[in-house]
Amino acid sequence: MKITCEDVANVALLSRLEFSESELETFTGQLDAILEYADVLNKLNVDSVEPTAHVLPLKNVMRADEAKPSLPRELALVNAPEQEDGYFKVPKIMEG
Amino acid sequence: MELFKYTAHQLHEKLVSKEVSAVELTKSVLARVDAVEKDVQSYITQTRESALKQAEAVDAKIGQGQTISTLAGIPGALKDNMCTQGTKTTCASKILANFVPPYNATVVEKLMAEDTVVIGKANMDEFAMGGSTENSGFFPSRNPWDLATVPGGSSGGSAAAVAAGEAIWALGSDTGGSIRQPAAYCGLVGMKPTYGRVSRYGLVAYASSLDQIGPITRDVTDCAHVLNVICGHDAKDSTSINTGVPDYTKSLVNDIKGLKIGLPREYFASGMDPEVERAINKAIEQLVSLGAEYKEISMPHTEYALSAYYMIAPAEASSNLARYDGVSFGQRVEGTDIVDMYKKTRSAFLGAEVKRRIMLGTYALSAGYHDAYYVKALQVRTLVKKDFDKAFHDVDVIITPTAPTTAFKLGEKTNDPLAMYLQDVCTIPVNLAGVPAVSIPCGFAGGMPIGLQIIAKPLGEETLIRTAYTFEQNNDYHKGFAPLLEVK
Repeated sequence: MKITCEDVANVALLSRLEFSESELETFTGQLDAILEYADVLNKLNVDSVEPTAHVLPLKNVMRADEAKPSLPRELALVNAPEQEDGYFKVPKIMEG
Repeated sequence: MELFKYTAHQLHEKLVSKEVSAVELTKSVLARVDAVEKDVQSYITQTRESALKQAEAVDAKIGQGQTISTLAGIPGALKDNMCTQGTKTTCASKILANFVPPYNATVVEKLMAEDTVVIGKANMDEFAMGGSTENSGFFPSRNPWDLATVPGGSSGGSAAAVAAGEAIWALGSDTGGSIRQPAAYCGLVGMKPTYGRVSRYGLVAYASSLDQIGPITRDVTDCAHVLNVICGHDAKDSTSINTGVPDYTKSLVNDIKGLKIGLPREYFASGMDPEVERAINKAIEQLVSLGAEYKEISMPHTEYALSAYYMIAPAEASSNLARYDGVSFGQRVEGTDIVDMYKKTRSAFLGAEVKRRIMLGTYALSAGYHDAYYVKALQVRTLVKKDFDKAFHDVDVIITPTAPTTAFKLGEKTNDPLAMYLQDVCTIPVNLAGVPAVSIPCGFAGGMPIGLQIIAKPLGEETLIRTAYTFEQNNDYHKGFAPLLEVK
């Protein structure tokens, strides 16, 4: 096994997802099969190969520092599950 | 007259000569939607009223003697991951079931400027993750050539709509084959342009270094016309290529004398349907008889591309989809604290395949595995890209099948994610390398369409159009119309 139920539970926490025991088992089996398949990558020696995160030779694309119209606040908030006084409202994140 | 069966450029002639009006045309397509949508299920949202208003505006222009653009008044479909101001954009996900974007994607703005008519937002695999539309959070679409089979994916609704006459043209998006594979399965022309050729602004992100918008059409001429509208630099997309756009219709030339074709032996490996292989070989013989030359080439890292993709794309997705957290848009499920709210929201509204890819990507990026999986995949991506660079020193185009088989039955692969992933084996390396490719119809196996994939070097869309057009003009595969029957 490349990955255990415990690993998957930990990844679920990092991913902000929760699963039932049986879902965890199914996912573990499926992720294990995919990782097993991906193991083919380890057959290659890539020690001297630069990684490619992006195919275009672009770096730090900047625009002139000029103010331009942006999305009005009321439009930016139009899909918010909850809002108050022009802000997105979320559950309390600090104690006290 | 069954107007919905014509191509965009044929219909443009009919509009200009006043043989038909844009309203008549839109009504013909809407009537077709009424007749077949219950079987095909291409659309998540229909925009009938605005479609008729757009058509009326085109008729007014024609009435005033104004010149209209080729796509003006021609009804099309947009994949439901392209933001449309005031119209729901769901990505076929329950988490965005009620999301109404406050702005338009750049491609939508460009299409509006040409006075096109939009019939609706097409079904897809949730967040473009899948190859059959069976991962749609709402319902699967069906292949008009055999309603028991899938239309492919993830742009399956777009392809099904065009094949069924519910749209004349459509836009899809392609991260690992999601335009080309459904075009192949549905007997259509589907192009993934060079990465950066079409603005991604307003395209809901799946894997940002791979995603690209492109056309799905009935013939190569329509493909060139849609490309002319959607390509070009956009300051709102920092990965957009800042270079001029040619008139692609100038490449609609029936001549490929001297064209050098490369056939990579790694793409003709095991797992391919013998009838697909026969059709591809026949197509190559025909291209040679039309004046092309071919040689066998080797792209030795092909076998690693699929594995690299299924690390890179989920890694990028796990980051991109972190935004669906119940805070600024989308659904929310209340929890005991904010982390509990995140977890409950995401668990309730994201589908199984999306969760699988978020988990896989999070794992590949997590401490202890980052170098072994993610960085290694990026290194392999370099090798895959070098295979293409090297090949294009010797040849003008690379030809492969688009997919190893024709469309499969609904439900056939839903329990085996890996089997589903293997359908993308011929299309994925193209996205990793960022090069353009087109799928065109090249025959049938058991009544189902087969797709031929033509790949060119970066910004080689003109070569693709010319090669595809020459093949098309010497064949009739694009002239058939899907029967909309269930083949028992």
